[in-house]
Amino acid sequence: MAKDVGRRDFLTQIAAVGGAAVAGVSPAAEAAAPSEQAASAGQQASALANAGYTFLSAPEAAFIEALVDVIVPADELTPSGTDLGLATFIDRQLAGAWGKGDRLYQQGPWKEGSPGQGYQLPLTPAEFFRAGIEAVNRHCKEANGKEFDRLPAADKQKIMEDLEKGTITLDKISGKQFFDTAYQATMEGMFADPIYGGNRDKASWKMIGYPGVIAIHATNITTYRNKPYVVNPVSIADLS
Amino acid sequence: MATELKEVDVVLVGFGLTGAILARELGGRGLKIVALERGIRRETNPDFAVPRIRDELRYAQRTDLMMDTSRDTITFRHRLTEPALPMRRLGAFLPGEGVGGAAVHWNGFAWRWLPNKDQRARTFYEERFGKSFIPADMPLQDWGVTYDELEPYYDKFEYAFAVSGKAGNIKGQKQEGGNFFEPARQRELPLPPLKDGLATELFAQAARTMGYHPFLTPAANASQAYTSPDGVKFGACQYCGHCERFGCEANAKGSPHIAVVPVALRDPDVELRTQSWVTKVNLDSAGKRATSVTYTDVTTGAEYEQPAGLVVLCAYGLGNIHLMLLSNIGKPYDPVSGKGVVGKNYAYQVGGGVTLFFEDKAFNPFMGAGALSSRIDDFHANENFDNAKAGFIGGGTIGSSSSGGRPISYRPVPPGTPRWGSEWKRATAKWYQRSMGIAGTSSNMPNRYCYCDLDPTYKNAFGQPLMRLTYNFTENDFKTRDFMAQKAYEIGKSLNPTHITTPDPRREDFSLVPYQTTHNTGGTIMGLDRATSVVNKYLQSWDVSNVFVVGASCFPHNSAYNPTGPVAALAYRLADTIKDTYLKKPQSLV
Repeated sequence: MAKDVGRRDFLTQIAAVGGAAVAGVSPAAEAAAPSEQAASAGQQASALANAGYTFLSAPEAAFIEALVDVIVPADELTPSGTDLGLATFIDRQLAGAWGKGDRLYQQGPWKEGSPGQGYQLPLTPAEFFRAGIEAVNRHCKEANGKEFDRLPAADKQKIMEDLEKGTITLDKISGKQFFDTAYQATMEGMFADPIYGGNRDKASWKMIGYPGVIAIHATNITTYRNKPYVVNPVSIADLS
Repeated sequence: MATELKEVDVVLVGFGLTGAILARELGGRGLKIVALERGIRRETNPDFAVPRIRDELRYAQRTDLMMDTSRDTITFRHRLTEPALPMRRLGAFLPGEGVGGAAVHWNGFAWRWLPNKDQRARTFYEERFGKSFIPADMPLQDWGVTYDELEPYYDKFEYAFAVSGKAGNIKGQKQEGGNFFEPARQRELPLPPLKDGLATELFAQAARTMGYHPFLTPAANASQAYTSPDGVKFGACQYCGHCERFGCEANAKGSPHIAVVPVALRDPDVELRTQSWVTKVNLDSAGKRATSVTYTDVTTGAEYEQPAGLVVLCAYGLGNIHLMLLSNIGKPYDPVSGKGVVGKNYAYQVGGGVTLFFEDKAFNPFMGAGALSSRIDDFHANENFDNAKAGFIGGGTIGSSSSGGRPISYRPVPPGTPRWGSEWKRATAKWYQRSMGIAGTSSNMPNRYCYCDLDPTYKNAFGQPLMRLTYNFTENDFKTRDFMAQKAYEIGKSLNPTHITTPDPRREDFSLVPYQTTHNTGGTIMGLDRATSVVNKYLQSWDVSNVFVVGASCFPHNSAYNPTGPVAALAYRLADTIKDTYLKKPQSLV
């Protein structure tokens, strides 16, 4: 069972080994340990996942949960995207400053532009997600008879592939643009610090062997030359 | 109506790298100096303290330390016939905002540019390859200032900003371990090189075996604790992997907020006003002399007029061009007639490379320093490189960098891997630890149709026109990039990786969306002829002699190197020009 290194434990450890945490085995090489971690993280995360959404409506939340679960299925490496907190992450991002258009130049006139000119819609990220979810669901109901989250796994996979390729035409917005935005938000939730609601139990960091926010590697860069440096990752909350 | 303030001797517009250097150098001699900075002041503690600074989402993705495009941005088009549209959020490049500017979140690459291929670019290529070698639509020109004139100022910068590395050439004597092709330095760098990582070491081995000359690039990442000539104490770099896009919690990165700002502000006659947004430089009725600058306190909206004897534009390059255009200083450039100068010769940079995957290696990609990079300069600084045979003007460096494998943005997987699902997860988990990159960074020559002017449609938060950028890659850029990427592939292939990506030979339009580089140059270029440059070799406006401009906007083209070294060297030189020459006789220096 994985155990987090708390702040005090961590500082003790630092003092004991002079900044270099103890190396273990590569997570990729040793599948059993991450699997155990994943199961435990999943149980913990399920309770948190029911904590609720602040921006997404119930149908929107169902859509986003389905989407992050296609991108990040539960397996031996991590719990599902929803259990990792990725829907929670996206919900909070959309409810917060970024979702409301922080740092986004929002003056008109608005024109479509060429791809190299970047984002040109009058929608904030929150409005864009809302419009995208609605448009994809409308497409799914017309083409497949049900909303995205209620489709069988193979259909969800096909819809995602077609959105990515740009072969689905949606009302008003580009399916590919929606896919790219939702995909990027999912990646951000998966690999950002858990303080934002995703990457629960630092499961994504454990999956790749990323040690997190503590990074005193002036000695390690030589000591661990061509040797995996594997520690229990440390997050912002662990040190706060 | 703006409130008029008491006249001062010098106004510095912007308090980033160049503004802070000028304040440091001009202070202490009785001059009243006011620095107007649009952003806030941040200190290492508490602003860059662990754990909050190690937040990839906030700093690297949401660009917390950078320019706020909701208030002021640019518009962009690829060509004259395309409607320009606003850059609604940052992407390709990340100008800073706040004290220290982009030199707070930079990597620390501290190059010196080349005596001939950069500072005498037109002369060099014409002499070597003939007058017809430079295409008619490439307005390449000499800087007017020579490398020998800049050398003492490079040295000053390197010692003030804790640059680590090994000299390759001291007073003409080649030095083992440094850049074999670099121009002569007067002495060794102040700190020894950083430690190699596995990726930089493998690159160097492969490059050396193939007959190239690898070296660790000079880095403003202190390899050991260091005290500068000003008494500023730097900590040792911890290879934390959170350098570019972040502030340094260890005071190990040469950043203005530690290297020069505190020293400058010891002089009570140097006054820093933050959150002060300069909207215009005001001229006298003849348009020959600057009388004041107008700025807005962005915390109250109140407008002020600050009279000054001398105005120095020290903003990020794009900001310098914008302010020149808004203030009607110098004639705006017109790409159709080729006449005018302000906005001319905007350039960027072009890069491309390959990713290597090794079944049996462990790179620990999260261990890295901002400018930890092993590179070869055989295709740029090397004056024996045959540009005629290669078919392009300019050059590139090729190397492998280890600046940190932060996982939102760094997750290499071999080509053909799905983008999601369990197979993607397994590949990500496996290859994160087992990959490295080799890439070229190439110069960017000016083109007649790459320039900046004022946008006719879009406005900033102050009701002023946004600046409009017209830019695209040219065939010369693609040829340079492809050449370097092919060499990167050959070097990578020699290491026998399990998988290697192949160079991408596309001929695509430039895109503002993915990050490429924050090396925007040109627009207020220096030169020897007022018909083809905005400022003279002393960085003084040809038209308004009490306005000086300093920054990468003064470069007539973009080199293959990061621009911070010559930007800082020009700022140090400008300080000497002002105090030793201009203030004694305030008039046109040419």
